Amino acid sequence: MSKNINVALIGNPNTGKTSVFNQLTGLKQKVGNYPGITVEKKEGICKLPRGVKAHILDLPGTYSLNTTSLDESLVVELLLNKNDKDYPDVAVVISDVENLKRNLLLFTQIKDLKIPSILVINMADRMDRKGISLDVEAMEKKLDTKIALVSTRKNTGIDRIKELIADYKSISSKPILDTSRISPEYFERLKSTFPQEDLYKLWLVITQDVNFMPIEKKRIQDATDFSTKSKDELKKLQHKETVLRYQLINNILKETYKVDFMAAKGLRASLDKILTHKVFGYLIFFAILLLIFQAIFEWSSYPMDFIDENFALAAEWIKNTLPPGVFTDLLAEGIVAGIGGIVIFIPQIAFLFLFISLLEESGYMSRVVFLMDRLMRPFGLSGKSVVPLISGNACAIPAIMATRTIENWKERLITILVTPFTTCSARLPVYLILIALVIPEGSFLGLSFQALTLMLLYLIGFGMALLSAMVLNKILKIKSRAIFMIEMPTYRLPLLKNVGYTVIEKTKSFVLGAGKIILAISIVLWFLGSNGYSDDFQNAESIVAERIENEGLSTYSKNYVQNNIDAYRTNAEAKGMAAGAIQDSIQMLREELSERAVAQEIASYKLEHSYIGQAGKAFEPLVEPLGYDWKIGIAVLTSFAAREVFVGTLATIYSVGSDEEETIQNRMAAELDEDGEPLFNLASGISLMLFYAFAMQCMSTLAIVKRETNSWKWPMIQLGFMSVFAYIMALMAYQILS
Amino acid sequence: MTVADLQYGQKGIIKDFTEHILPIKLLELGCLPGNSVELLQIAPLNDPIYINLSGSHLAIRRSLAALIELEIIEETQAK
Repeated sequence: MSKNINVALIGNPNTGKTSVFNQLTGLKQKVGNYPGITVEKKEGICKLPRGVKAHILDLPGTYSLNTTSLDESLVVELLLNKNDKDYPDVAVVISDVENLKRNLLLFTQIKDLKIPSILVINMADRMDRKGISLDVEAMEKKLDTKIALVSTRKNTGIDRIKELIADYKSISSKPILDTSRISPEYFERLKSTFPQEDLYKLWLVITQDVNFMPIEKKRIQDATDFSTKSKDELKKLQHKETVLRYQLINNILKETYKVDFMAAKGLRASLDKILTHKVFGYLIFFAILLLIFQAIFEWSSYPMDFIDENFALAAEWIKNTLPPGVFTDLLAEGIVAGIGGIVIFIPQIAFLFLFISLLEESGYMSRVVFLMDRLMRPFGLSGKSVVPLISGNACAIPAIMATRTIENWKERLITILVTPFTTCSARLPVYLILIALVIPEGSFLGLSFQALTLMLLYLIGFGMALLSAMVLNKILKIKSRAIFMIEMPTYRLPLLKNVGYTVIEKTKSFVLGAGKIILAISIVLWFLGSNGYSDDFQNAESIVAERIENEGLSTYSKNYVQNNIDAYRTNAEAKGMAAGAIQDSIQMLREELSERAVAQEIASYKLEHSYIGQAGKAFEPLVEPLGYDWKIGIAVLTSFAAREVFVGTLATIYSVGSDEEETIQNRMAAELDEDGEPLFNLASGISLMLFYAFAMQCMSTLAIVKRETNSWKWPMIQLGFMSVFAYIMALMAYQILS
Repeated sequence: MTVADLQYGQKGIIKDFTEHILPIKLLELGCLPGNSVELLQIAPLNDPIYINLSGSHLAIRRSLAALIELEIIEETQAK
């Protein structure tokens, strides 16, 4: 088999590079990370004429080879390193017909690296509307290249790209600009010191602040007979390079590229008047936000419930079908439940990225950044952090994945670190049950106290996110050179294909990337919750059975049986069933219910004496000042998996046999502390709510932060800080209120 | 007069700059002496501003805009 042709797709942002990539590779693409950094690496295989194959690498968008961000450094790094396995045999430079002049700057730089380069002029379908005419043949001659005129929207020109790639050996690799003109004296000295080297490559090594080639850089610095220039002088020369390139480009375009401004129609200008308007701009943005919220909160709840139910059914099926034993339990309660815990996030992630990619594809996202930038600045963030932060109010996981659009690493890191403070939907069940328990009914100015409390919790979460962003901005010492500048592309109808790819790709990267960690932690938590070392745990069945024999069922279980029977009787009588039949079926029901009550008491007893239960008890002195007992302590521990587990764990430990919120709530209300007062009172309730507002109780978020920051350092700092802070706030609340 | 001082409907030509304080990125996007700049929109809180820089549609902060000196060439009625 012959070697695949290595192709690098390079281009400015907003030139439709990804569309070209999708068209060339179809679904035969793979998205990963570059080793060691979190820049997305997209590659794929493209079949060319005559049975040849090309390996296509979609490089991050860049305006030039002068780097200011990690993404851009990566492009330069690859193009300068002939030994890289991805070093291109041919570069395909994607440009946009409307911004051709600017796009050609990058093209000339790549060409000067002596890489055979093909020029793709995309969005050819817009030429008529914009009054643009091109002399492609003349341009090919002047640029000494081959050109493909492409419209990814109309699906034209893609075959031409494929032909050109297949025939790449005939593409010229001659440089286009005499780069020594940048500084004849300096380049002369370079040449005499390094006679073997390519001068423009050396020039890039010297001027670019990329850390990838320390050896080469050192070699230049060590050359004693060669004095390099100061940073300022180099910057001056870089300015000169840009000017020289634009002169060259202007000369070429003067004869080959014409724009008839009279024929140009601008949709952008009129849409921008409304979409970035001082009033309407915000109104439209908030309407869109509401829609996104509605989708993540409401619409995704249907598939989520479906997933939830089916995984529960699957677990039950496994338990009933396979022979009982440790392996079956592991499969049903550890693995299946763990996978369920991953799959449950898919609807939210898919919905968020559906909207985000629609907004990005259409060009609207840049307008959001423009509208919100000033508001975010006092917190050390820019307009680019708005969408992740707001999405965090639904779920932190897709929100953190969405921070990839922030080029500035410091801003991105801050956004990742503070997003978990926003009130995600998993906090809601915890808040709702606690509010119903401890916040009195009644109202203030027509708003119920309970609703006000919930709103306050949302505000506290968002406020805390902004506040910590401000603090982090002060203490994080990360040098970032990126300036705030954002291109406002023309509005376009999103290509459904691109949107679809984004959704699939993001979902995949969550499931494969963070899924492993989530699954591992849930298996560990399952193990700790369903195993114990003590005799109490080992003999739970017989101990509980003995207790029931001696003392009967617990008061709660007795009530549970009786209430259910009463309800059944009332119901049956209302339907007019015969008294005898009622009596018989009640007898059966009673047995069934008692059996269930015993099972619940065993489960409760087991949880109490499992490793986690023991840990909860060991932790009791630690959580006592917060107003919790060991049972709540256990619930806090297990809900590290996910916040909503809090409710389920309390249900198990109070041996409530149902997930019915009302039943659990009643049971919680009946729980008394040592003095015979209700355990869940205003002080302990508020303390718990504040704890859940601030604590990093979500292993999935930690997993995704690990993935997005590519180290355990940041998620661990996040976990430590948020837990300590949550503890202190809960402690203060309880001590003041009680 | 700098880009930050532009009013709605004003268009200017970038003056020759001898000081090399501008980020190179801005040059690459067309901020070169002799090129035109037109103000398109001002964000609700007065910052950033949205300009047409010789064909590139960009939003930049005022602090950066204040570095670009220009000469007014066109004044249409403010919209």
